[in-house]
Parts: sequence; C-alpha cells; structure tokens
Amino acid sequence: MTAFLVVRPGLQTTIQDEGRWGWQSRGVSVAGAMDPYSFRVANALVGNNADAAALEMAFVGPELEFEAARMVAVAGAEFSLSVDGRAVQMGGAFPVSAGSRLRFGDRVGGVRAYLAIAGGIDVPEVLGSRSTHIGSRMGGLAGRALVAGDRVPLGDPAKARKVRLEGQLVSRPRISAGAPRVRILPDARIDRFADVSLQELQSMPYTIGRLSDRMGFRLEGRRLQHRHGADILSEITPLGSVQVPASGQPILLMADRQTSGGYARIATVISADIGVAGQLGPGDRIWFSACTPGEALAARLAQERELMAIEARSRA
Amino acid sequence: MNEARILTAGDSALVVELARGQDLDASVNARAVAIAAAVQAAGIAGVLDVVPTFQTVGVYFDPLKTNVDALAALLHSLAESQTPVASPAVTVHRVPVCYGGVFGPDLAEIATRAHLSEEAVVALHAEPIYRVFMLGFTPGFAYLGSVAPAIAFPRRATPRATVPAGSVAIAGNQTGIYPSASPGGWHIIGRTSVRPFDPGRTSPFLFNSGDSIQFHAIEPAAFEGRE
Repeated sequence: MTAFLVVRPGLQTTIQDEGRWGWQSRGVSVAGAMDPYSFRVANALVGNNADAAALEMAFVGPELEFEAARMVAVAGAEFSLSVDGRAVQMGGAFPVSAGSRLRFGDRVGGVRAYLAIAGGIDVPEVLGSRSTHIGSRMGGLAGRALVAGDRVPLGDPAKARKVRLEGQLVSRPRISAGAPRVRILPDARIDRFADVSLQELQSMPYTIGRLSDRMGFRLEGRRLQHRHGADILSEITPLGSVQVPASGQPILLMADRQTSGGYARIATVISADIGVAGQLGPGDRIWFSACTPGEALAARLAQERELMAIEARSRA
Repeated sequence: MNEARILTAGDSALVVELARGQDLDASVNARAVAIAAAVQAAGIAGVLDVVPTFQTVGVYFDPLKTNVDALAALLHSLAESQTPVASPAVTVHRVPVCYGGVFGPDLAEIATRAHLSEEAVVALHAEPIYRVFMLGFTPGFAYLGSVAPAIAFPRRATPRATVPAGSVAIAGNQTGIYPSASPGGWHIIGRTSVRPFDPGRTSPFLFNSGDSIQFHAIEPAAFEGRE
C-alpha cells in the first residue's frame, strides 16, 4: 500500500468526499465536505474527478510525510504551507516527492482547508462513499479523525488528468472577514413562525456558538418565535436548514447532521452559499439574507461555471 | 385522503407533505412509504435521495441536473396516483429481548410510574405488532409505534452519555432498538442481540420503513449465548 504518514494530525482532520447519498431513509448521515466549493477547487487543481476523496482540516492543519511522489493542491481556508521547510503557495498544484514532508502552518483566514492529492485517497468506500462520519464512526479511516502514526492509502495518480504546475489558478481565497452574508430561501411553512420572525432572522448577524461542529452551528442572537410550538413530527433535515427549537435560538444544520429532525425549519441556506458557512467556526458571525428560488439557481449556475473554468485553466 | 402538497426546502430538496398532524398515523405513513417507493422506482435523473418520514417524503436532488418545477409536478402526480395498499405479505421481524435487570435499567422506574408490575410492563411492550414508521437518528434506528398508553412516558430529563448497542427503549408512544452504542434519552427496558445495522453483513440494514416488528421476552441465559 502506498500511503502518506500522519506526523501531526492537526485538530480535526478527516477524509471527505461529496457525501454518502442514498441511505438517509435508513438513518445514514450524508457527511461530506463542509465547504463543497473549496473541496471541488482542490480536486480540480490536481486533475481529479470532482468526487475524489480529499483531506478536510479545521483550525489547525496536519504535517504529513509522503511515501510516494504526488501532485497536491490546497484550497479553502488560507494556511501557510511548506514542503520540507520550503514555502509553497495555495492557489495551484505543486509536487511533493517521496519522503517529503508537507506542513500546514499558521491559518490566516477561514476555518477549513482541503488537501487534494492526484489520484485521491483510497480508503474503502462504505455505502458508496469515503466520507468520514464521526458520530456513527463510518467511512474515512476507521470512522474517525486522523491521529499521529496513521498511514492513509493513496489512490492511483494515473487516474488524474495532467495539470499545470504552481500557477496561481485560483486568484484569491473567498474568505470574507466580518459577518459574511449568506443567502437563504424562506421555508414553505413559514407560517409556523410569528410574522416578524423571518425579518428578525435577517435583521442582524448571529454569532456561532461554542457547541458548534460538523453536525451544525448553534446560533446566538435574536430569539425567534413559533406560532404553535417548536416540535413537529420528524422530517428531513436538508444541508443548510435553519431549525428553531423551543429556545428560539436557531441551529444551522451542516454536513454531519442527522437524517431527520423534529424542530420547525424557518429557512434553508442556498447551495451556492453553503461553502461560505462551512468556513465559519465558534465566535464567527453569519448574516442571513433572503433571496428568491431564481436567484438561488442563478448563483449555483454561476458557481458551477466558475468551477468549470478553474478545471479548464488547470489542464496541462 | 388529503391532497399531497409539494413544498420546497431550500434549492436542493422538496417535501411531499401528506398531513400536518402531531400524532402517529399508520395510514398516512403507509402512503408516504408507497410514494417513496414509487419515486425510487421512477429513477428520476438528478434525484439523490428519497426519504419517507412519519407524514412526508423528502426528495433530495441536484439543482444543476433537475428542473425543480418539473420535479414538483412529477412528485405531485406520483403522490396522487399512489394508494397505500396493505402489503399482503409483510414480514414480521421477531426480536428477542432480555427485559429488565442490567439490560433494562429503566424497567423498574417505568413499572413504578405506570403502577404495574415489571412483568405487566413487559407483557404490554411485547404484545403489539409495531410498525416501522421511519428510520433516523443513527444508521438503522427504527422509530416503532405505537406503544400502549399505559407505559408511554416522555423521554428522560437527562440523556445518557452512552446507551449500549441492542438496547430496547421507550420514549412517548414510540419504541426502538439502539443499533450501536450512542448517547440516548429514551427509557431502556431491555436488550437484544439483534443488530439492526451491521456494515459487514450482505444486507447491512434489517428494517425498512413500513416493516412490522414484534418483541418477545427471553431469559438472560439465552441472551448471553447470543450476544
């Protein structure tokens, strides 16, 4: 087995792909990258298919020793990076030779970065996906975050397209300071909430609470009011849905959310903006802003064109 | 029968809503299960996941591959053409449970609150043929109903940090089996060697929405041989 060795694991480094779809009817969470846009950029830069498994790191990145040469790329949160002590830039692919150490240093902006490796990460698929879901100990490497001493199997680099080296193919990280605006679609059953609630949700930023992780963000800010109580008979919990329990403090459901939930949903973050939310952590602020279904689709199409342009530019 | 309403839930999911009640309704749920099966069978391009719940069906899709208005129209027509037929040969999963003692630490409390003997609580829990209304919470966890009103109590005020795999528990008028060790707030009344989810098995999941389950009591000696 060709692998990389985890010298230092970072704070919460997991193997993720586009998620474990098709099993929510059996209670299996989707998981997958918290910032699907940056995940996709990283894979594009090394010539992988969009669904190749990559490493997601949060807050503190790892130090890895490669047992074989590979092209790699990092996208998402901005980290200082070095290979055997020599600084390298994010924004393009760069080579790592056999025996080299790739080290993530200081984090400048954002929370989660993605390390894609040409040929992907070759842990076994579980129910069709390599994504790690820590809550159910499924996927990835033994269903958990990486620890020092782990050897993580590398995929076949021949499966990746040839790519350009070290160019600045992605101009700048999309990480915005302050309280980023995240667009939402109001829920169809907004009548579960008091008339002013949708306005109040958008009236000021919410702060992401301490008890926030890959499952979801507990938001602190203006309390929202239900019309007939918070509890409903459990139904689906889409990525980015904003649930409001009886406390009135909303919860933003993220990648590792459970498959169903029993709190009324007031709105859902549009798919084009979920990656913006995925770059936030405890103490950060988020500012919701309602849009129309047409605007949501237009934003997603524009994002897809941007990703396809990055894929095209990265080709050798 | 209410008309099915098709509701958006963000830009990547639709919800087929069949009722808006707060109580478990087997006939509404049977309709949800039938509609989910029809949507799966239709093999619609761009549909990623179909999830029947108590009284809705969630349909996840890729907005880049699916026209949401066309999908909504298709879901509406599929929903209105499905009549929940009582499946002629529903398998009843028979689940052996070792009730009480170390395996069911909350059985005594349930008995006290219900003013019943432990044996009577067990008899009430093991009598019905339960319906799998839906799965959720954790892989393979089936929400079963309905529990006899005499032994239906709200969940524990403080959830346990760890509930052992195979624990059989009650919360409100629902009962279920913890497929794996996990945190949990339900009242644990027994344990089974049956594993609703085993990723190493040819069929990883034992239960599906709409299935039937009946519990029966076994002695600790029989249980220890099985687990």
